[in-house]
Amino acid sequence: MTMSSSRSAELARPIAATVGTALVLAAVAFAAVGTGGGDITWSETARSLGAHLGLPVAPLPALVDSVVWELRAPRALLAAVAGAGLATCGVVLQAVTRNALAEPYLLGISSGASTGAVLVLVTGLGSGAVSLAGGALAGGLAAFGLVLLLLGPSTAGANRLVLTGVVVGQLFAALTSLVLLGWGDADAARGLTYWLTGSLAAARWPSVLLCATVVGVALLALRLIASDLDAFAFGARTAASLGVPVAAVRAVALVTTAVVTAVVVSSVGAIGFVGLIVPHAVRALVGPLHHRLLPASAVGGAVFLMLADTVARTALAPKQLPAGVVTALLGVPAFLLILHRRERQ
Amino acid sequence: MSPGTAAPARGVRPVEISGQGLTVRVRGRTAPILDDVGFTAPAGCVTGLIGPNGSGKSTLLHTLAGSTSPQPGVVRLDGRPFGELPRRERARTVAVMEQNSDSDTDLAVADVVALGRLPHRGRMAPAGPQDAAACARALDLVGLTGTEQRRWRTLSGGERQRVQAARALAQEPAVLLLDEPTNHLDVQHQHELLSLLATTGLTVVVVLHDLALAARYCDRLVVLHEGRTHAAGRTHEVLTADTLRTVFGVRADVSRHADTLRVEVLGSVGD
Repeated sequence: MTMSSSRSAELARPIAATVGTALVLAAVAFAAVGTGGGDITWSETARSLGAHLGLPVAPLPALVDSVVWELRAPRALLAAVAGAGLATCGVVLQAVTRNALAEPYLLGISSGASTGAVLVLVTGLGSGAVSLAGGALAGGLAAFGLVLLLLGPSTAGANRLVLTGVVVGQLFAALTSLVLLGWGDADAARGLTYWLTGSLAAARWPSVLLCATVVGVALLALRLIASDLDAFAFGARTAASLGVPVAAVRAVALVTTAVVTAVVVSSVGAIGFVGLIVPHAVRALVGPLHHRLLPASAVGGAVFLMLADTVARTALAPKQLPAGVVTALLGVPAFLLILHRRERQ
Repeated sequence: MSPGTAAPARGVRPVEISGQGLTVRVRGRTAPILDDVGFTAPAGCVTGLIGPNGSGKSTLLHTLAGSTSPQPGVVRLDGRPFGELPRRERARTVAVMEQNSDSDTDLAVADVVALGRLPHRGRMAPAGPQDAAACARALDLVGLTGTEQRRWRTLSGGERQRVQAARALAQEPAVLLLDEPTNHLDVQHQHELLSLLATTGLTVVVVLHDLALAARYCDRLVVLHEGRTHAAGRTHEVLTADTLRTVFGVRADVSRHADTLRVEVLGSVGD
C-alpha cells in the first residue's frame, strides 16, 4: 500500500478525476450532437445548446434549432444514460454471478424486456413511457427468472450460465417477433429491428429524463453495496464469512439490474454487449474494486454508446444503422477474446 | 514467515467455540452428513479435524462458521449461541479460510487482504490507518510483505493459500477456521503455516488430511467417522494405532518422542 502521498493530494485526486471525467463526457456529448448531416456547423450547435441552457446567445432559426435540440441532443444524452446503465448492469451481474461473460443482453434479460414492452404496445395496455417500462420490467424479470430456474440451485459453471442466457434470449426474441408479426400492425412490424437490435433513433426528452432518473438512483443504490460486491470475488460463502448479507446484496443487485435493463430497453430496445465490453476495458484502467469500477464503468458506458451511435448514424450516411449493430460488431470479438483468456487460465 | 513473531492483535481474546447435537442433512441422502456431533475447541488451542473423505470434516467446519445451518444443533462462542450475534460481529470474531478459494477477478494481493477489513469498516468508509496496519501485519505473518501489488492471476497455488490466510488474519478474529489450508503448499510452507497458526494464540480449528501434520501441530484432535465423532481429546490420546486402523483403515506406528508425536503409516489394513 502506498500511503506516502500527502493528505491534500489524496483529496485532490478524486476531485481532479471527477472534473476530468465531466469534461470528457461534455466533450464527447458535444461531438455527438454536432456530428451528422444537414450542414449544421459546430458554432450553430453550440449556439442552439447555449440558448436552451440559458446562455445569452442569439437563438437559431427554428428548423435548425429543433434538429439540434429536439433530435440530436436527446439522442446523445439517451445514448449516454443507456450506455451508463447497461455498463453498470454488466459490472454488477459479473460480480454476483462470478462470471466474466455475464451482461443483460447475453443473459436474455434484454430480450425478455423487449418482449414485455412489445406486449404492452400491441395489447394497448396503458400508454406512454412508464407503462412501456413496466411491461419491459415484467418481461425482463420473467426472462431472468427463467434463467435462474433453468440453472437450478447449484452454483452454475460459467459456460452453463451463458448458454442458458443465450437460449432464453433466443426464446424471448422469437416471442417478440411472434407478437409483432402476428398481432401488430405494419407499423409495429417495422419496429422489429428496433426491439431486437436496439436503436436510438426514437430518442426524445421524456425517455431521457426517465432513464436518467432510474440510472441515477440505481448508481446510488449500487454505491451502497460496492464493497459487498468486492467480497463476492471468492464466492458467496467467503462473502458471508466477511459479514456480507449475501441474500440482501444479491436481491439489491439483481432487482437493480432488472429495473435498469427494463427501463433502458423500453427506451432504446435491446442493445447488446455494452455491459461486456465496457467493464472489461474499464477494469484494465481502474482495477477491479467496485467503488471505482462502478462509477468509472458508468462514464465509460456513456462515452462508448454515444460514440457507437454517432458511428451508427454517420458511417453509411444518409442511411442510419441501429446502434445495436455497431455494439454487436464490436462485442462479438470482445466476447471471444474474454472467452479465450478465461480458457487459457 | 518467522514463527515466534506471531501474536494475537491487541485486544483480541481467544474464545472457546463449541457445538452441541450438530446434525446436518442434505436432500436425497438418507444418512445425515453430520449425526449428533458434539464438539469443543478450547480457547487458544489448535484443534484438528481429521477423518477419511466424506466423514463430514468440511461440513462440520462450515457449520461452525455459520454458513451451514445445523438442524438441530447449536454452535456457541464462549457459551453464547453464535447465530444470535449480528452478522458483522460474527465476521469480526470468526474468520474462515476455505479450501481452494479461487477467483476470476484479478485483484491485487493488497485488495484481497483488505477484504478481511470489511467487517471492521463502515459500509461506505474508506480503509483507515488501522486497516492498513492490520493488513501489513497479516502479510508479514504469512511472509508475503512486498507482494502487495502482485495480481491474483500471477500467484502460485501456495501463494494464493497464504494470501487467503493473510486475509483471514487481517480480520483480527478470535477464532480461525481453516479447511485443508495446506493444500497446494510445498512441504516448507505447510510447516510454516501450521507453526504460525500454533503461535498466534488464537482458537484455531483446522481440517487436515495429513495425519503427520495433525500429530505435529494440533493440541487436540477430533476424529470424524461417517458423520459421527469417533474420538476427541488431546492429540496423543486420540491418535492411536487403534483409531488409525478402525477409522482410516491403515496399519500405523505411533510413537512419542519427547513432546512430539510421530505417525508412520505402514500400509492398508488389508496388506
